[in-house]
Amino acid sequence: MAPDHGSFGLGALICALMLICPAASIRPISDAHRSAALELFVPVDGLFPSLEETYHALRTFLILGVGETSEINRATCPVVLEKLKSPSSSPKGFYDALRVNSILGCQIGSETLEDVASQLRDLIKGADSLMDFYYSVIGLLHVKGQGVSAVLSDAQGVFHSIKALSQSDGRWRFDSNNAESSTHAAGIALEALAGVVSLADGEVDQSKIGIVKHDIVKLFDSIKSYDDGTLYFHEKHIDGSEYEGPLATTASVVRGVASFAAVVSGKLNIPGDKIFGIAKFLLTIGVPGISKDFFNQIDSLSYIENNRISIPLILSLPSTVLSLTTKDQLKVEVTTVFGSAAPPLTVNLVQTSTSEVKNTPTVENQELQFDQENNIHYLDIVPLKIDIGKYTLKFEISLHDPENLNIYATGGRMQYLVFLTGYVKVDNPQIGVLDTDGESSASLVKLDFSKLDKVSLVANHLQKMRLSFQLVTPLGHTFKPHQVYIKLRHEGRVEHIFQLESSARQYKIQLDFLALLEQIYYLSGRYEIELAIGDAAMENSFLHILGHIDLTLPDPPEKVSRPPPQSVDRYSRFGPKQEILHIFRTPEKRPPKELSFTFLGFTLLPLGGFLIGLLTLGVNLKGFPSSSLPALSSILFHAGIAATLLLYGLFWLKFDLFTTLKLLGLLGVFLVFTGHRTLSYLASTSTKTKTN
Amino acid sequence: MAKSSSSDAQALIRSLRSAYAATPTNLKIIDLYVVYAITTAVIQIVYMGIVGSFPFNSFLSGILSCVGTAVLAVCLRIQVNKENKEFKDLSPERAFADFVLCNLVLHLVIMNFLG
Repeated sequence: MAPDHGSFGLGALICALMLICPAASIRPISDAHRSAALELFVPVDGLFPSLEETYHALRTFLILGVGETSEINRATCPVVLEKLKSPSSSPKGFYDALRVNSILGCQIGSETLEDVASQLRDLIKGADSLMDFYYSVIGLLHVKGQGVSAVLSDAQGVFHSIKALSQSDGRWRFDSNNAESSTHAAGIALEALAGVVSLADGEVDQSKIGIVKHDIVKLFDSIKSYDDGTLYFHEKHIDGSEYEGPLATTASVVRGVASFAAVVSGKLNIPGDKIFGIAKFLLTIGVPGISKDFFNQIDSLSYIENNRISIPLILSLPSTVLSLTTKDQLKVEVTTVFGSAAPPLTVNLVQTSTSEVKNTPTVENQELQFDQENNIHYLDIVPLKIDIGKYTLKFEISLHDPENLNIYATGGRMQYLVFLTGYVKVDNPQIGVLDTDGESSASLVKLDFSKLDKVSLVANHLQKMRLSFQLVTPLGHTFKPHQVYIKLRHEGRVEHIFQLESSARQYKIQLDFLALLEQIYYLSGRYEIELAIGDAAMENSFLHILGHIDLTLPDPPEKVSRPPPQSVDRYSRFGPKQEILHIFRTPEKRPPKELSFTFLGFTLLPLGGFLIGLLTLGVNLKGFPSSSLPALSSILFHAGIAATLLLYGLFWLKFDLFTTLKLLGLLGVFLVFTGHRTLSYLASTSTKTKTN
Repeated sequence: MAKSSSSDAQALIRSLRSAYAATPTNLKIIDLYVVYAITTAVIQIVYMGIVGSFPFNSFLSGILSCVGTAVLAVCLRIQVNKENKEFKDLSPERAFADFVLCNLVLHLVIMNFLG
C-alpha cells in the first residue's frame, strides 16, 4: 500500500508545483538521476525484497547505464531458477522470474525453458482475466527472447479474448465480472496484444488491429492536462484499495501504446503534441524519491525515447539567471528525453515579455546560433539592449529536414522564466534637514556611496529630514526595485523603518518629525540612518549606513506609550522569567492556646452547676421502669441518644454529611422505635397511677 | 420612701421564692436546664469579646446551640405544665419526644455549621 500512497502524495505534490510555477524549466534525464538511482535501488547481499523490485532495479540500471550487476546476478539467479522449476508457480511468478532473467541472463537449461513455455501456453488457453493473459503472454515473449521457440497457435483467439474485455471509451476491464473499466488496464491490455502479435505464427487480422488503433485514439481523448501543458492519464473511478497514481497509470499506457505501435504496420493517429505533453509530465517530476515511481518514470521515458509515433524534443535552459555585468549568453539545449542529440534544427526566440519596465523594447524573432561542439544554441544578450528584470521567453523549434516532422515532436511554443541581473547605480543622492517652511536646500548634502563618509545631521522636532536619489539600470533607465527602505535606529536599540516613495524619476522621503513624534516615542538622541535597497535583478543590493542624526524632541506627555523593551540577547527570551510574587491574605490572629483551653473549662462549669442543681432538687431515678422489657427499651433509648451525640462528634471530627445522614437515618429509626416503646410505657403507667 | 421600696423589693422576692418552691420538680429541672444553657451562651460571648469573632461561623454555631436548646426547653416547659389549659390533651411524654427530636435536628445543623 505504501507505494500507492506515495504515488498519490507525489501526484499531489506535482499538482501543487504546477500551480506555483507555470513556466518552470524542464531538464532531460541527467546524471542527477543516475546517482539517485544508485541510492534508491540498493540490494541487500545482492538480493532485493521481491523479484518485481529486482526487475525494477535492473531495468532502471540498464536504461541509465549505471550499476554493478554481478553480485545481483550471483544472488538472484538461484531464486529465478527455483521459481521457474517450481510446479506450482502462478502466471505472475513465471512473469517476474522470466523478465528478471531477460536482463540478468542466468544459465537456465533449455528444457526448463521449454517446460515453462508449454505451461504458459496451457495457462493462456485457460485464462479468463486480463492479468492472467498479460503475465502469460509477456512471459512467453521473454522465453522467445531467450532463444527458445515459443509460438502461440491460436493467436487470433487470444487476441479476440483480450479485445473482448475492452470498453467503448478506449479503456479496458480487468475481467468479465468486473464492470468498471480502468485506464491502467488499457495499458496492460495493449502490451499484451502487442505480445500476441509478436508471438503469432501467422498474420493477425488487420481489421482487428485497426479497431485497436481506433481504441487507442479514443483512449488518448481521455487524457488530462495541467495548466502548464503537461498531459497525463488518470483513472476515472478511483477505488481506494487499488489506487494507482497518475504516474503509474500514465507509465502503463505509454508502455502499452509504444509496444503496440512497435509491432503493427502503419502509423497510429496520435498527434505528436500529446506525446510531447506526456514526456513533459514525466520530466517535470524531477527525481522521484520512491523506487517504484522512479522505475515508472525511467521505464516510460525509455519507451518514449524510441517510440514509432513521435519522439519529443526537449528544450531546456541550463541557467535561468543571466548577468549583464559578465555579459552572459542565453544558452539553450535541445535534446531527447534522455539527453541524446537531436536532429538538425534551429531555435527561435519568438518573444520576450516582462510585466515590469515598460519602456524597454521587447525582442522578437531572434534566431539562436548553434555551437556544434557543445551541442548548444546560444544568443548574445548585450547587443539586444534588454534591461535588467524578470522575463518570460518564448521559444520555437524548427526542424531542418521536413521528413523529421513525422518522427519528432517539437512541442510548439514553449515559455520559460529568466532573470536578467545587472549593476544598479545610485545617482545624485542627497540628504539634508529642512525647516518647516520647506526649503533650505543649502543644507542638503550630496552623498557619495563609494567613499564611506558618514553624514552628521542635527534636527529638532519642528524640522524635516529629506533623502532623495535616482536608481539607474545599466542601460540608463529608471529602476524600481522591490525593497527601498530607510531605517532609523535610536542608540542601537529602538528601530523604525520607513518606505521611500517613488515618483517618475526618483526616490525620495521626507520625515516630518512633528508628525512622527508619537511613533518614535519622543526619544531624543542620536539616530543612526541606514538605507536598504534590494531586488532580485540587482547584483549590488545593499544596506548602507549613511550617517547619523541628532534629534532634539520635547518631553513626552503623560499618556505616551513606552517603546517596546528591546532584548539585549536574542535568546534572552528563552531564559528564566521574573519571579511572580503572589500576595496572600494575611491569616487572622488567633488567641493563645492557653486562653482557649481556659475558656473551654469555663464552658464546662455550667454543666457541673446543672448537675449539682439537679442533686439539690432531689432528682431520682425512681421512675425508671423495673420490669425487663420496658427497662431494656429505656436503656436502648438512652443508648441511642448517646450514640447520636457521639455520631455528631464524629461528624465534626471526620465524617462528611452523607455518611452522617446515612447513619443518622439508621439511628433515627432505632430511636423512634425504642422511644415510642419507652414513652408509651411511661404514659400508660402514669395514667394508671392517675386513675388509681 | 427608699426604705419602703427596698422592703417592698425584699417582700416581692420572698413571695416569688415561696411561689417558686411550689412549682413541681420536673418544671424546676427544666428551668435549671434553661439557666445552664444561657450561662454557657454568656461565657461564649465573653470569650468572643476577648479574642474576637474570627471563625464567626463557629461563634454563631455555639451561641445558637445554647439559645436553641434553651428555647426548646421553654417550649417543653409550656407543654408539660399542667396549669396550661391549651395543652391539656398533649401528654408530657409526647412533648418530651418532640423535645428530643428537635434537639437532635438542631444539633445536627449546629455540628454542620461548626466547621
